[in-house]
Amino acid sequence: MLGQSLLKIRPAISVLRSYSSAAKQMTVREALNSALDEEMSADPKVFLMGEEVGEYQGAYKISKGLLEKYGPERVLDTPITEAGFAGIGVGAAYYGLKPVVEFMTFNFSMQAIDHIINSAAKSNYMSAGQMSVPIVFRGPNGAAAGVGAQHSQCYASWYASCPGLKVLSPYSSEDARGLLKAAIRDPDPVVFLENELLYGESFPVSDEVLDSSFCLPIGKAKIERKGKDVTITAFSKMVGYALKAAEILEKEGIDAEVINLRSIRPLDRSTINASVRKTNRLITVEEGFPQHGVGAEICASVVEESFAYLDAPVERIAGADVPMPYAANLERMAVPQVEDIVRAAKRACYRVVPLAAAA
Amino acid sequence: MALSHLAASASRSSSLLKPLSSALSLRRPISGDNSPLTVETSVPFTSHQCEAPSRSVETNPKELLTFFRDMALMRRMEIAADSLYKAKLIRGFCHLYDGQEAVAVGMEAAITKKDCIITAYRDHCTFVSRGGTLLEVFAELMGRQAGCSKGKGGSMHFYKKDSNFYGGHGIVGAQVPLGCGLAFAQKYSKDETVTFALYGDGAANQGQLFEALNISALWDLPAILVCENNHYGMGTAEWRAAKSPAYYKRGDYVPGLKVDGMDALAVKQACKFAKEHALKNGPIILEMDTYRYHGHSMSDPGSTYRTRDEISGVRQERDPIERIRKLILSHDLATEKELKDVEKEVRKEVDDAIAQAKESPMPEPSELFTNVYAKGLGVESFGADRKEVRATLP
Repeated sequence: MLGQSLLKIRPAISVLRSYSSAAKQMTVREALNSALDEEMSADPKVFLMGEEVGEYQGAYKISKGLLEKYGPERVLDTPITEAGFAGIGVGAAYYGLKPVVEFMTFNFSMQAIDHIINSAAKSNYMSAGQMSVPIVFRGPNGAAAGVGAQHSQCYASWYASCPGLKVLSPYSSEDARGLLKAAIRDPDPVVFLENELLYGESFPVSDEVLDSSFCLPIGKAKIERKGKDVTITAFSKMVGYALKAAEILEKEGIDAEVINLRSIRPLDRSTINASVRKTNRLITVEEGFPQHGVGAEICASVVEESFAYLDAPVERIAGADVPMPYAANLERMAVPQVEDIVRAAKRACYRVVPLAAAA
Repeated sequence: MALSHLAASASRSSSLLKPLSSALSLRRPISGDNSPLTVETSVPFTSHQCEAPSRSVETNPKELLTFFRDMALMRRMEIAADSLYKAKLIRGFCHLYDGQEAVAVGMEAAITKKDCIITAYRDHCTFVSRGGTLLEVFAELMGRQAGCSKGKGGSMHFYKKDSNFYGGHGIVGAQVPLGCGLAFAQKYSKDETVTFALYGDGAANQGQLFEALNISALWDLPAILVCENNHYGMGTAEWRAAKSPAYYKRGDYVPGLKVDGMDALAVKQACKFAKEHALKNGPIILEMDTYRYHGHSMSDPGSTYRTRDEISGVRQERDPIERIRKLILSHDLATEKELKDVEKEVRKEVDDAIAQAKESPMPEPSELFTNVYAKGLGVESFGADRKEVRATLP
């Protein structure tokens, strides 16, 4: 009986551990919408462009109400021509406007990837500083549910490998607000990777987060849960899974530290390394394909900077090395699950058999 | 004196030499003046979905002499770049514009520095017509600090944002949506200016061009798409690449004009017409019928897919500099000797700029890590051996 009520209380406590006296709840969708609204209100150079962002109110309703508020000159419905409108967005940024270009999902960004990389990311360097590109490319990234191989890829690793881009990926509503505002204000091209399945999730937000001046720094990770036994890095939806894994591990006497990367490029190597130097063990978690992924970079960084501190090999949990299948059971196998993270953490702690919970 | 050169025949070269009105009968000083002069273009314009502008172009002696000087400078600059490349002082890619100078100077004469120009990689002369200096050109080509991109861009990446020249792009066709984006921003900002997005006959088949054109037409953007049709996309002749090489018609619902791109005055007239059109009615396509004497780039001799007769034929019949020279001489705006002196001056300017560029040092090693971002946030970046070379981005 006591154990059950403890089980109920613990999640609430762990939520409160992460967020200071939070009164209001806000979905990620509301967070993104309010961030867009506030930034468009504050700076007339900011405009939104993409498929269905205007009259349809946004394919995922992220831009709801913005057309009505700002008019068709600032909220533009585009034809289904990613290469064309991404290029137009970059050209507008060359001139000094601040476009927010929405890809319905980042799978479609591949049609426009030449503009993201060659026209946007590299221009400031090639022009020795004459042509800065203050553009944001945003939209859902990674797997949704049952959408199949062509609509499920995670692009974090591809974009984050490119110098000249900044790549952000929020988890909570606080992240969504703070990082999107930072991205829009930033003078460089930012790839902003959201997650469709997180849009409807609610998170507590403090008054500070709700303020229109709220902004999060780019390049800084957040320690979502402090711990001492093993470091788990994650971003976007996987942060939620990592936190759930940490709860399970706690019952087994393993105190996990969960790092929400927030920024894939620049990667907060110092926070990650400081954590590993404390815990001596590392699990990297991501949804995307494992080869040449975000976890590979984090592992290399830790091996380079903190080799002597590692007590176990670095573990990588990632999407399966296959195109995303449709069948529900196969799809479940193709994406990391909480038990995968738990198992990897135990391996890193040399625990093969789960011990009885320390009360 | 000028009138004795007039001929009444209907041939192309005569109509060139036949002014409809002239304020001159005495030779003016070489600097010229602004007294109006009307000249007919070599050929009439051909139009698609619009009324072609008149063949009669308003000009003046000063403008014609400026055309001559500017084109002679560009010609000399490109030929000098050829030598520098062969001497291995220029590396990588080098795409030369000699033969096409009339497009750059004619366009500039019709617009202001508040209008935007964007082009692909054959950008040296366009950069100069937008106000770039010879030193910036040669230093950039040789990868030196005095280059317009401080040596970090190279031949294909010249920019001059303060006179609205947006490069300088290496990916064929990408510059067209970018140019439409510039036009979008001009309209958004209510600047009453236009963008000229230049592309070649090779790029004219790119899908993104049609995507951007569709959006430009839908949103009435002041975008002028200029196809510099030199008839060869690298080694592929236009008839082998395009089912319809009538590039001025390829806009379908977007009006177009076909222009003799070797006639600077025709180019000027077309660009003036296009600017007025774009500000009122949205996008328009200009097809400039032009020719490059060099191959696609310095690694292409340019003679495996074209005959030497064709190249020399164009040089004899249609060279843009010779056309202006004949015009100046026939109107008695300068003597042959004076024009030759201009060519000598220009040659000296080019030689001096090259000498100065050679003195410019290569970039400091620390420049490897500058300008990656406009706002570097103090993050770390790495060299090939990250334990050896690291930098903090400002």
